[in-house]
Amino acid sequence: MRTFYDEITKIAGNVVTVKAQGIAYDDLAVITTGHSTSLAQVIRMEDDQVSLQIFGGTEGVSTGDKIRFLGHSFKVPFGDALLGRVFDGSGRPRDGRPEVKAKGVEIGSPAVNPVKRSVPSKMIHTRIPMIDIFNTLVGSQKLPIFSVAGEPYNDVLARVGMQADAEVIILGGMGLRHDDYLTFRNRFDEAGVQGRTIMFVHTAADPVVECLLIPDLALAVGEQYALQGKNVLVLLSDMTSFSDALKEIAITMEQVPSNRGYPGDLYTQLARRYEKAVDFDGAGSMTLLACVTMPGDDVTHPVPDNTGYITEGQLYLRNGRIEPFGSLSRLKQLVNDKTRDDHQAIMNACIQLYAQCEESREKREMGFELAEWDMRLLKYGDLFEEKIMDLNLNIPLFDALDKCWEILAECFEPEETRIRDAIIQKHWRHKSHQPKPEAQVETVKS
Amino acid sequence: MKGRIKAVFGNMVVAQTKDRVVKNAVGYCVRSDGIKLLCETIRVRGDSVDLQIFEETRGLRVGDTVEFHEEMLSAVLGPGLLGQIYDGLQNPLPRLAEKAGFFLEPGNYMHALDTERTWDWTPKVKAGDVVQAADTLGSVPESIFEHNIMVPFGWEGQYQVQSVAESGSYAVVNEIATLTDASGNAHAVTMEQTWPVKRPLCVAKRRLLPTKPLVTSVRIVDSMFPIVQGGTYCIPGPFGAGKTVLQQITSRHAHVDIVIITACGERAGEVVDTIREFPKLQDPRTGRTLMERTIIICNTSAMPVAARDASVYTGMTLAEYYRQIGLNVLLLADSTSRWAQAMREISGRLEEIPGEEAFPAYLESRIANFYERAGVIELRDKRLASATIGGTVSPAGGNFDEPVTQATLKVVGAFHGLSRSRSDARRYPAIDPLESWSKYVGIIDPKKVARMNKILRRGDEIRQMMTVVGEEGTPTEDFTIMLKAEFFDSAYLQQNAFDDVDAATSVDRQRFVFAKILEIAETDFAFKHKDEARHTLQKIGSMFLNLNYARWDESVVPEADRQDEPTDKTAVEDDKAAERGNFKEILGQIDEYIQSLLDNAKKSQAEDEVEQVTV
Repeated sequence: MRTFYDEITKIAGNVVTVKAQGIAYDDLAVITTGHSTSLAQVIRMEDDQVSLQIFGGTEGVSTGDKIRFLGHSFKVPFGDALLGRVFDGSGRPRDGRPEVKAKGVEIGSPAVNPVKRSVPSKMIHTRIPMIDIFNTLVGSQKLPIFSVAGEPYNDVLARVGMQADAEVIILGGMGLRHDDYLTFRNRFDEAGVQGRTIMFVHTAADPVVECLLIPDLALAVGEQYALQGKNVLVLLSDMTSFSDALKEIAITMEQVPSNRGYPGDLYTQLARRYEKAVDFDGAGSMTLLACVTMPGDDVTHPVPDNTGYITEGQLYLRNGRIEPFGSLSRLKQLVNDKTRDDHQAIMNACIQLYAQCEESREKREMGFELAEWDMRLLKYGDLFEEKIMDLNLNIPLFDALDKCWEILAECFEPEETRIRDAIIQKHWRHKSHQPKPEAQVETVKS
Repeated sequence: MKGRIKAVFGNMVVAQTKDRVVKNAVGYCVRSDGIKLLCETIRVRGDSVDLQIFEETRGLRVGDTVEFHEEMLSAVLGPGLLGQIYDGLQNPLPRLAEKAGFFLEPGNYMHALDTERTWDWTPKVKAGDVVQAADTLGSVPESIFEHNIMVPFGWEGQYQVQSVAESGSYAVVNEIATLTDASGNAHAVTMEQTWPVKRPLCVAKRRLLPTKPLVTSVRIVDSMFPIVQGGTYCIPGPFGAGKTVLQQITSRHAHVDIVIITACGERAGEVVDTIREFPKLQDPRTGRTLMERTIIICNTSAMPVAARDASVYTGMTLAEYYRQIGLNVLLLADSTSRWAQAMREISGRLEEIPGEEAFPAYLESRIANFYERAGVIELRDKRLASATIGGTVSPAGGNFDEPVTQATLKVVGAFHGLSRSRSDARRYPAIDPLESWSKYVGIIDPKKVARMNKILRRGDEIRQMMTVVGEEGTPTEDFTIMLKAEFFDSAYLQQNAFDDVDAATSVDRQRFVFAKILEIAETDFAFKHKDEARHTLQKIGSMFLNLNYARWDESVVPEADRQDEPTDKTAVEDDKAAERGNFKEILGQIDEYIQSLLDNAKKSQAEDEVEQVTV
């Protein structure tokens, strides 16, 4: 049945109200204007007045335009034909290739029954030591990267996408600069992972309503793969743009704002997306890594604050590095005792020593006298930053652990690391076995 | 009673009806595909009725039918609740999973109790007896408890027992008695009954002042900021400060009969942990699995928001029900902020005039009413029973000045404030000893607690002063007080939740160790210089840490003073047994060391005097 409605009674913000009957809540519609067509979704119904959120924006919509209802809510095509493709926030191809013909799945599926979730137990190897050793990513975890504008958070995300051992990688870009989008594409291409990647991208130039749909599209597709038994990694950037889009729509809809203009249901909206991260009991899993830029580097801003209450830990990205202190993966202890016996010991020892190094650096900056111990800590700090904290590294976990042992041996005596004797005896690199003789000379000098 | 849908927005529906409607009564919106969505009437204006839907409203149309019912949203009460996992509307999640698979599809409802399972019924009344609401008619065994089957709580006046079922196996829906009211009408009674969740359930002779300490086995709580059976407490804290871990620890070790965990708008992952772990963990006091004394109400953040509001009340009603049976119940609500946010969302949709931070104006009274449902009651047969409420609060930005924290603080008896600085310093539990408070009396003499508190506060003052005047500018006596406060903090207030022994400290052990530490903290060691003080207290501190990891030896307390129930030590498996020291041995070392310090102090004092004399 192709019925058109053309009695538009109100156009405000991104919302158009039309007189129509028998429409279901959440249904999708197509609005045809003089120069374009756009998808729209029912967000309010009152008697015969149906309000629609226009994905393409309301610029140029006239009171005489036609609206056709599709009789179903938003569906995204799902199938292996999606792999390697790029779509926009309305689910249309963005890469100039034809539309995907596949069965659609509804976005925004109901919550997963908690008894059908299993306790996370699989480590996701990202080959970035700061994540693998210190803030281990676990399958089905939801972990945000708290950062500020100007930090290379998209680089980190791209790197994880390229290096992580996931079967399907889905990128959801919200409010991305076009350059960032191209960078993501090029890097995935170069790394040869394009074949298992699907991208849903909303750039800052696109209509704001499309931004709202990106996480739902990405997560709906990811969920289907997880149900098929695949391990899916979803990368979202930037959730603050998503929240700002929510704010914009809420205010247009005359909702009472709660905190800094954000709608009162910000927590629920964010949680509904983040909670999609899941390890199905008897199927695959979906892991979520999301960038959250903190306006003014303020972690109490509503977006990072609400996010922190939802997610299982957080990574802070500052000065191009993952902060070793504030960052935390709450699920790491579920897996890091099963990787290698020295994993936890190295994790604790390296961070404690680095904390001491920071104290020594403070001393140095204040002009205090430095003891021999301080000098060694300083040396350790530099080595640690260069060889472990660098985000451009691409090394497996065991190699990274070995590297930590090398650094420790280069700077300290075994007992100074406060690592248990049993572990020390098994893993300590004795100086004679050291691969770099020049490093040994340095130690002697200091 | 029927109506038609006039408007839909978000989870709100406006329906039009000419029939009678009851505020807060439930109803169903019938989708065109026949699926019925549960809803609640929350406002009536003329012939339009505002409904909040407990499901996603996707697919509803203007003109769809709404069925109105008379009864309010109610919980089903009866044997078989223990060990269950429910959503906020009391749908049993495991059975729902069997039926519907991975997802919680809208409109899928199931009866809360298993109607096929049978229970061994023993009658306690006989024909001719006169009974009234909440009187026991008989009982069935459930887990380790005797589950009393009571006259429905809503029945008014007196009834005469006409007949009662003989001992035997019955399902919850079978009739087990017939009662006649004053006018001679017969009423059938089954093992299950319902009660509207938003109405307090309390049929008692009187309410009593709560005074009996509720032991959580968390030292900082039991010793410093105690809670009591029938009392209320709240745990506000920023994200990552360990609220949920603290709640989990409490749910494992609290000395109560039944624990009801309400996961309200929190992560599903945390509930999964409990669901998977509890059936495996043994309750050391009963020898049964922890699951057998636990009910989980789980309305996680991804589930519909109106049901989140209901989940807190559902949990409370179940707690009150087991209190009527005569048990001590602890309700843990995590987190009440999510509940308050649900109220805010619903209020926003109703376009009510917002209060502070857009929370509705009735936020405070709702929170107050909720916490007031806790309490100790004396039942009609003189038994005492209690329901305790512990709620976490997740203040925005970790700032306790926000409306939910403030409204909660007004009505609770104890405040366990978690601080970011303590959790960053990995001092767990991150309850701030300087900010928290409790109005209750716990297991330790309040005078002793006050003495310890004084040292803590003084220590903090000195530490702050030291940041200005430096270590050199601080007198050694003051420096020592600061070190003692630090020693008490690290050796007593901090506790390792992941160590089998340290995770739970019994009453006797807390009293014993507290007294020991207080004695040391009040001893004047007459340190000569700061290094000596630092070294000594560090050494004592590390000895006490070893003591914390050693298994408790009850023989250090005279038998007459013991309060702990003896535990079966052989049953405990411990993979760290070899690393643990012997309690008595370590204690001996501590005493010896302290004595040597005192001897030295005395000796040097004597020498000083001699010197003075010679000078």
